[in-house]
Amino acid sequence: MMYINVRKTLHGSEGGINLECEFELKHKEFLAISGPSGSGKTTLLRIIAGLEKAEGIIKVDNEIWLENKKFLPPQKRSIGFVFQDYALFPNMNVLENLLFVNKDQKLAKRLLEMTDIFQLKNRYPNMLSGGQKQRVAICRALMRKPKILLLDEPFSALDPDMREKLQDDIALLHKEFGLTTIMISHSPSEIYKLSDKMIQLNKGKIEKIGTPSQVLLKTDTSEKFSLEGTIIDIIRADILNVAIVSIGNRIVEIVISRNENKNLKIGDKIIISTKAFHPNIRKKELK
Amino acid sequence: MDELNFTPFLLSFKLAFTVTIILLVIGIPFAWYLSRTKSKIKPVIEALTALPIVLPPSVLGFYLLVILSTSSPIGKFFWEYFNMKLVFSFEGLVVASCIYSFPFMIQPLQNGFENIDKNIIEASYLSGKGTIMTLFKVILPNMKDSLLTAIIITFAHTVGEFGVVLMVGGSIPGKTEVASVAIYDFVEMMDYEKAHIYSAIMLVISFLVLFAVYFINHKNKRKFNDVY
Repeated sequence: MMYINVRKTLHGSEGGINLECEFELKHKEFLAISGPSGSGKTTLLRIIAGLEKAEGIIKVDNEIWLENKKFLPPQKRSIGFVFQDYALFPNMNVLENLLFVNKDQKLAKRLLEMTDIFQLKNRYPNMLSGGQKQRVAICRALMRKPKILLLDEPFSALDPDMREKLQDDIALLHKEFGLTTIMISHSPSEIYKLSDKMIQLNKGKIEKIGTPSQVLLKTDTSEKFSLEGTIIDIIRADILNVAIVSIGNRIVEIVISRNENKNLKIGDKIIISTKAFHPNIRKKELK
Repeated sequence: MDELNFTPFLLSFKLAFTVTIILLVIGIPFAWYLSRTKSKIKPVIEALTALPIVLPPSVLGFYLLVILSTSSPIGKFFWEYFNMKLVFSFEGLVVASCIYSFPFMIQPLQNGFENIDKNIIEASYLSGKGTIMTLFKVILPNMKDSLLTAIIITFAHTVGEFGVVLMVGGSIPGKTEVASVAIYDFVEMMDYEKAHIYSAIMLVISFLVLFAVYFINHKNKRKFNDVY
């Protein structure tokens, strides 16, 4: 069990905000934190890791990490931390990066094999692609056999295919090692896929907390499904108007009526929803 | 032509070697502190550190002579407790050169420390390692070129110094007469032949040292550039 109740004043680009968060996390839970930039997500993660000081309480199982004057440094907290930009040690090869943390050769081999990069063990970080670097960083974080794994937007610099592969790796490791995981993420699909609890932060406060479906599915009850997108172009084709909409990382064309056309302009955020329809769903053929 | 005497060169290199080792030991924690501190007196410390670069060597030499002589408290202390005379002696040259070459060790190291990716330092803490382990296993190995630059420049600068060693050391053959001072003495005695030979040797050695630095740096840069 993990209990967090922390306060800290942040000095951002838009003046100061007060970070004030209180939540609990059960053993083996997977929490996703999302929110606009400057909302305090990374600071919250750094406070949990012990990289930044704050007021309040952090309690993990029966161990106090933070309370009044007591502050447990990162070295003493049972955590693995994965940075957005990997932060591998450039002077060590893949295996050395892992063994620096802990001399356990067996664990290192197991982690590298689980993430499919054992054959790269003698490479230096500058010889790895982004996805490979991030997998090494995840393995390194687990070399401490931590109770808690912290991930700061771990997939943001990767292409979609690599993201999926890494999401699978994280899901596997989370289960296999019985971890309690906290991940910062902007991607609803990622959050939905991996986490069983999520927090939406805004200006340092928890705006929403719940299961991903409670927080993410913003449909009204009468709507069967809805997608959020942005209009990137409106084309007049004969008597029709066609809006080109970007949804996620896809571009779709949607026919809009003359009335709708009056209210919409390029750059508008829109919601596409439908009440009565029967969607065609088929399995994607793998190339 | 008289037999060439290489003692001044040996003295120069012995001095430079000693000074470089001492400054490396002092410089690493000092530069580390400077790179991390947010103290308001940081500019004051930085200015004091850089002072030997702009001060005429004769001014520095004069003050050192005053401070280190046995009639000053510091000189007296060393004389009474360690039986060490800090003027017109090799030990005195070491002390004076350490002060004179201080910025040449500190500045490259401080730059190196400041340019290290902050995340890899934190990654080391998060791997359970303390400051000392992080310094020796993560930070220093990843700023090899700064470290190398600091060592070589300090060494070369100490070999090349003249004004301070002349004032603090005098020019006692076999004791404080280093190569640069010896050349000056030859010129004063109008022994241009020896001055030529000594100067040529200094020139060649200096070039080789610098060439080695640039060569190694060049190789390192190629090794650490990202392939992807």
